Amino acid sequence: MQKVSKELAIKHGLTAEEYNKIIKLMGRNPNLVELGIFSAMWNEHCSYKSSRIWLQTLPTKNKYVIQGPGENAGVVDFGDGDVVIFKIESHNHPSYIEPYQGAATGVGGILRDVFTMGARPVANLNSIRFGSPNHEKTKYLLNGVVSGIGGYGNCIGVPTVGGETEFDECYNGNILVNAMNIGVAKKNKVFYSIASGIGNPVVYVGSKTGRDGIHGATMASAEFDDDSESKKPTVQVGDPFTEKLLLEACLELMQKKSIVSIQDMGAAGLTSSSIEMASKGDLGIKINLNLIPCRENNMTPYEIMLSESQERMLIVLKKGKEKEARKIFEKWGLDFAIIGQLTNSKKLELEFNKKNVCSIPIHSLGDNAPKYKRDFITYSYPKIINHDSDIEKLDIKNSLIKILSHHNYSNKSWVWEQYDHMVMTDTIQKPGGDSAVVRYHGKNKGIAATVDCVPRYCKAHPKSGAMQAVCETWRNLISVGAQPIAITNCLNFGNPEKKEIMGQLVDSINGMKEACEALNYPVISGNVSLYNETNGVAIYPTPTIGGVGLLKNINNMMTFNFKNTENIIAVIGETSGHLSQSALIYDIIGDKDGPPPQINLKEEKKNGLFVTDLIKTKLVQAVHDVSHGGIIVTLAEMCMASNIGAKIKVSGSNSVKIKYLFSEDQARYLIEISKKNLEKIKKIANDKNIKIDIIGKTQSEIFEIENDLKISVKELKTKNESWFKNYNKN
Amino acid sequence: MKASVIVFPGSNCDRDVKISLEKFGIKTSMVWHADAKLPKTDLVVLPGGFSYGDYLRCGSIASKSRIMKEVTAHSKKGGLVMGICNGFQVLVESQLLPGVLIRNINLKFICKNITVKVTNNKTNFTSKTSRNSVLEIPIAHNEGNYFANKDLINELEDNNQIVLQYCDTAGNINEQSNPNGSIKNIAGIINKKGNVFGLMPHPERASDELLGGMDGSIIFKSLK
Repeated sequence: MQKVSKELAIKHGLTAEEYNKIIKLMGRNPNLVELGIFSAMWNEHCSYKSSRIWLQTLPTKNKYVIQGPGENAGVVDFGDGDVVIFKIESHNHPSYIEPYQGAATGVGGILRDVFTMGARPVANLNSIRFGSPNHEKTKYLLNGVVSGIGGYGNCIGVPTVGGETEFDECYNGNILVNAMNIGVAKKNKVFYSIASGIGNPVVYVGSKTGRDGIHGATMASAEFDDDSESKKPTVQVGDPFTEKLLLEACLELMQKKSIVSIQDMGAAGLTSSSIEMASKGDLGIKINLNLIPCRENNMTPYEIMLSESQERMLIVLKKGKEKEARKIFEKWGLDFAIIGQLTNSKKLELEFNKKNVCSIPIHSLGDNAPKYKRDFITYSYPKIINHDSDIEKLDIKNSLIKILSHHNYSNKSWVWEQYDHMVMTDTIQKPGGDSAVVRYHGKNKGIAATVDCVPRYCKAHPKSGAMQAVCETWRNLISVGAQPIAITNCLNFGNPEKKEIMGQLVDSINGMKEACEALNYPVISGNVSLYNETNGVAIYPTPTIGGVGLLKNINNMMTFNFKNTENIIAVIGETSGHLSQSALIYDIIGDKDGPPPQINLKEEKKNGLFVTDLIKTKLVQAVHDVSHGGIIVTLAEMCMASNIGAKIKVSGSNSVKIKYLFSEDQARYLIEISKKNLEKIKKIANDKNIKIDIIGKTQSEIFEIENDLKISVKELKTKNESWFKNYNKN
Repeated sequence: MKASVIVFPGSNCDRDVKISLEKFGIKTSMVWHADAKLPKTDLVVLPGGFSYGDYLRCGSIASKSRIMKEVTAHSKKGGLVMGICNGFQVLVESQLLPGVLIRNINLKFICKNITVKVTNNKTNFTSKTSRNSVLEIPIAHNEGNYFANKDLINELEDNNQIVLQYCDTAGNINEQSNPNGSIKNIAGIINKKGNVFGLMPHPERASDELLGGMDGSIIFKSLK
């Protein structure tokens, strides 16, 4: 076996200090297998060593939360003995190296996190971000990632119901692929990863172990350079068909009373899954590596322990239930091997060819893992910029069309039509709406879900940006009539060893914390992806938020398409005219300076609850949250979704009109109301101190702003639907 | 009417189609691919999904599975068989239906609502529709591009075996209304005897108002 040295430890991504710490904890030098295990457990991806002390400050409880962070996924109560289980996770680094498999296994991994807990997965979402469309790799990466996500989700038969796709040159060297999954289970049938019962058998099920993905988690904890392509062998290869069999077999076994604990083999494979189960149960675990089903000959203990082959699970069974369990896995044509047992040694003990090849005290891997309080800077709110000179003479119609046909704001059906978003026949609000909604199978309630982040806001002021991301998910859930319950987060940042990047992370977590607390909207699961840098250039801070809400009665579900002509159109919330970092200024004018819109959490909550009441009492016909592009783009989207036109009036100078129409002030909604309800709504708004602007009415086919613009909805659609098709023509 | 839905490893629309069959009064049982016998049944449904991961060729491995011998025997006796999406691919691979299904012309998976014209309403599967009616039903496939040579197309036409054709909302069958490149815009065909039907659209996804439409239900109603 190769001799272990400090140099070898550094090659494994550990620092010299960390290596010394290992020697101290072990009381001796580690051997190669042990070094590999330490490096896998102590890398950023598995240990959260840079982020942990900050993540601990996030709120994780409200009356719905059954399980917060720390398990494979979070669990919330959905009433009637039902729970919803969800989590988001990144697969950024592998997807850049090999887009199809990287994205596919990202979906596979998050699915396993959810069904490990006893849930049947019912919805996939994702957030994918690419470099500039003109960058030479973007088209290849976009096509690879989208087909990878589809290839996995479509085959396993879980609908991909929502997400976001965006381009910015800051992702030229590091794309983001964040995959979220939501599952459903019975409250008394949730499974956890905490092992118990000395002598209970440890069972390996699923695919065989191969040499793929060795050091995947370590690769994901380092920056890229020009040689990133050479890391291709660290990317795992997915097999959604096996995952479907594994899903059905696990759910079948879960119906019996034979599982003590269960954990999927995700990042760092057999290493992290065995250690996590034993560590949570304060036990030891002993495994005979000769019993691991291997795909290739002559695999070494080092390779077996560090492989990230997909579609594998580790289960602790109740003693005596082996036969019953084996029968189920054999029926589904999957490997089933009893590989070891729980012990009272509190050590990870591995045997291979009748020799002990590893003996590590479990707590040294988890509890004693390094935790860093890294240096950071704090970002102040940037100086306000006056954009009057940019917009004085700007043509409103032209600007609207430029935004609608811009790659970031154009219709994304090219993406989501490659995803089966209808399988399981419960998707009652398809991609393209403010939130996706899936019916809780066989029930009259629904699960609303959305994924959001505006990285340009986060770059301009990380704290406001993170608050905004939380608020936008909240607003998107409100807009479909759901009650926001909790979030999951995926924190994508650069190298935390730089204080500027660490500052972005700290400020974002602080912003998230404030928003979650104010909205009683806790974080129940998540993932941190650091080192998203190539040649020293970091991505924008991108704290992606996945929000989940409860729709108590699916018949009250709201949509944003206009329902009829001659209805009133109103804006809920204050429009102050904040233009910096808006779609118009950032993407069309090209000015990337200035602060993002301010977040007022009191307004956010007040306006959200007001809209919720309107939906519940059936006083509104359509609701759409105002986000990118401001009121004008929001309105255009409502028209395009319905083929109904609108006529609005805005007064003042050209600059004043532009500010009103294109500003991205927060906490706003556009609503459609029938004339008969107008006075009633005005009165409620007045009583609750809600700002409401009546801006016009719906009409047939033509989108119109008095004195400024007249265009057919059909033409708007043509502009809005062409970008992806043209870009991917060849 | 009694139906059996075959569950292959990798089927994923088995539950969905069972719900629709039962919603329209057809008693349905699930049959595992490794079973040796079909239960007493009037209709066999091969559901959508990715049987055996669609490895080798879509539907190819499933066509060789144990239960398919029974399904073939059932069809030879005149029993009804309906294959939806992956089920259609299995029927083609089993040669219970003629022609082949190849990759979509744009080489992409397509999931969206499309419209089909009922070209033949004199079948057990479409009897409750009127001829040339237009149905809005979703598709979700990567290999739905139906191909047959000229002789076979002539034969299909002569025998009135083309049942569904992709069309626009006004019922025009043309290139613009063809989502996947299928020859003659073919979306569904029937065998000469009229008891085996294969279609790419998913009627079970258009049999619930909340999902956006009921046009698919007419197929289940025809079967009842």
